[in-house]
Amino acid sequence: MQRCDLAIIGAGPAGMAAAAEAARAGLSVALLDEQTRPGGQIYRDVDRATGPRGAILGQEYLHGMTLTEGLHQAGISHLSGAVVWAIEGSFRISFTRNGRGEQVEAERVILATGALERPMPIPGWTLPGVMTAGAAQILLKQSGVLPRRAVLAGSGPLLYLIAAQMVRAGTPPLALIETQTAASPLAAGRHLPGALRGWRYLAKGMKMLAEIKHAGVPRYTGATGLAVAGSTRAEAVTFRSKGRDHRIACDTVLLHHGVVPNTQAARSIGVPHVWSQAQQCFVPETGRWGETAKDGVLIAGDGAGISGAIAAEYAGRIAALKAAEELGRITAPERDRLAAPLFSRRSRETAVRPFLDAAYPPYGAALRPADSTIVCRCEEVTAGDIRSYAKLGCLGPNQAKAFGRAGMGPCQGRYCGLTVTALLAAANGQTPDETGYYRIRPPIKPVTLGELAAMDAPSANAAE
Amino acid sequence: MKTDSPFLELEDGAPRVRVWFDGQPLDLPAGANLAAALLTAGVQVFRHTPVSGAPRAPFCMMGACFECLVETGGRVQQACMLEVEDGMRIDRPHETEAGNATV
Repeated sequence: MQRCDLAIIGAGPAGMAAAAEAARAGLSVALLDEQTRPGGQIYRDVDRATGPRGAILGQEYLHGMTLTEGLHQAGISHLSGAVVWAIEGSFRISFTRNGRGEQVEAERVILATGALERPMPIPGWTLPGVMTAGAAQILLKQSGVLPRRAVLAGSGPLLYLIAAQMVRAGTPPLALIETQTAASPLAAGRHLPGALRGWRYLAKGMKMLAEIKHAGVPRYTGATGLAVAGSTRAEAVTFRSKGRDHRIACDTVLLHHGVVPNTQAARSIGVPHVWSQAQQCFVPETGRWGETAKDGVLIAGDGAGISGAIAAEYAGRIAALKAAEELGRITAPERDRLAAPLFSRRSRETAVRPFLDAAYPPYGAALRPADSTIVCRCEEVTAGDIRSYAKLGCLGPNQAKAFGRAGMGPCQGRYCGLTVTALLAAANGQTPDETGYYRIRPPIKPVTLGELAAMDAPSANAAE
Repeated sequence: MKTDSPFLELEDGAPRVRVWFDGQPLDLPAGANLAAALLTAGVQVFRHTPVSGAPRAPFCMMGACFECLVETGGRVQQACMLEVEDGMRIDRPHETEAGNATV
């Protein structure tokens, strides 16, 4: 079994930056990541993005290469293609790689598991042809593949980015349908001072919108009644905007209304989580270094609360310095001296966030879907089913499993958990914190008996 | 099949290898992401759900949603987490169990 000072889970911006910083401080690092190449989702396959793909994706994407380069130093063992399914003790991490179970032992753990698309349950969202906006980004980044006849729907700057990239690639979207109302940017006004500190993001957003408009992409705002029509696959998007009903025929629908922390790993080891009203999701409780109530476990990047890729980089380095200090490789004053500029740069990066959260709120009808809409995609449980469980006395998501298997499919609640919490909280007149979330237990990714049997060092208590 | 694909491929230089999806031969870029390659080749339904037999296809492309499950190498696996290999045989998982499946 491999032993190291620090195990980092996730090779996105937070994980890569943490690995480089930790190695500089003299720690031995195991960087575990599910993908074949480093980058996470935001910089997915950045090392191979040459030629037209790099030009379409732009400089902010190519910045990821500075992070992948940082991994080429002694002390970092990058375990690619490693699907982590258990974190136990303090600490033994079990994962599957190349069809075999493997384990590493570490003194400290940094969870850098990033974000997931916020679930966007609308009628027809399970049809083939409906994907997350993030999925379209991954198709472009990793495979150089773009949808030909696509509609983008939801809210948030990511939709502008994708639309602009599709324009650059010569296959503009058929329409951009935004759910935020005219009132949202006004509500965001009180966050403007913060936003101005992040003016670069605003300028970028304006530039992308101009690019989209110039390409003649129809844009709708304040959309309601969003639904995907089709029998065996997506055929059209229907919605209402400015008092008129619309139907736009298409082959692909890309949904997005924000991203939320991927908390599966943190929850599986008992890190406490709280509801964030501003971000409309659960976030793990972390201190300024990323430390948690679980000794030795730090969380960095979007997994600790959505702050974006650049802030994630600083958070990764900050958490690594904390781990290095705890393990005696640097002194507390050294840690503080090295971290000071990182803290101030991070706070500059996150200044724009309250503005973005207020300007692009999640689509309300997808937070509390209509009764007939499927919320748990795996087990095909509808919003009406969840509400009927509440009527029968179901108070929380774990009970909902017993009522109708919600959250018990292979995705383990990743794309229904927040919706089920919201529905039960509303039906029972409780807060999301009172209602709680699914109890996440290992294995947090499926593991086969064959993979376990092929494991090198049989672990006496792996099944505890 | 490719011309009907709802997806456009920017770079088309990778050498192709033959795989079979649901018994049909497809020539896909070697080493490509399997889910992306199947989508680009025009495959629209990756599986049918065990609950109602509803058709499904890739949704998140990042290993989280499990919608792109296919059967290959004797195992049900996420197509978005696999790479195209020469001679791969890929089937829709548990196809015979979903009696009311539609294509």
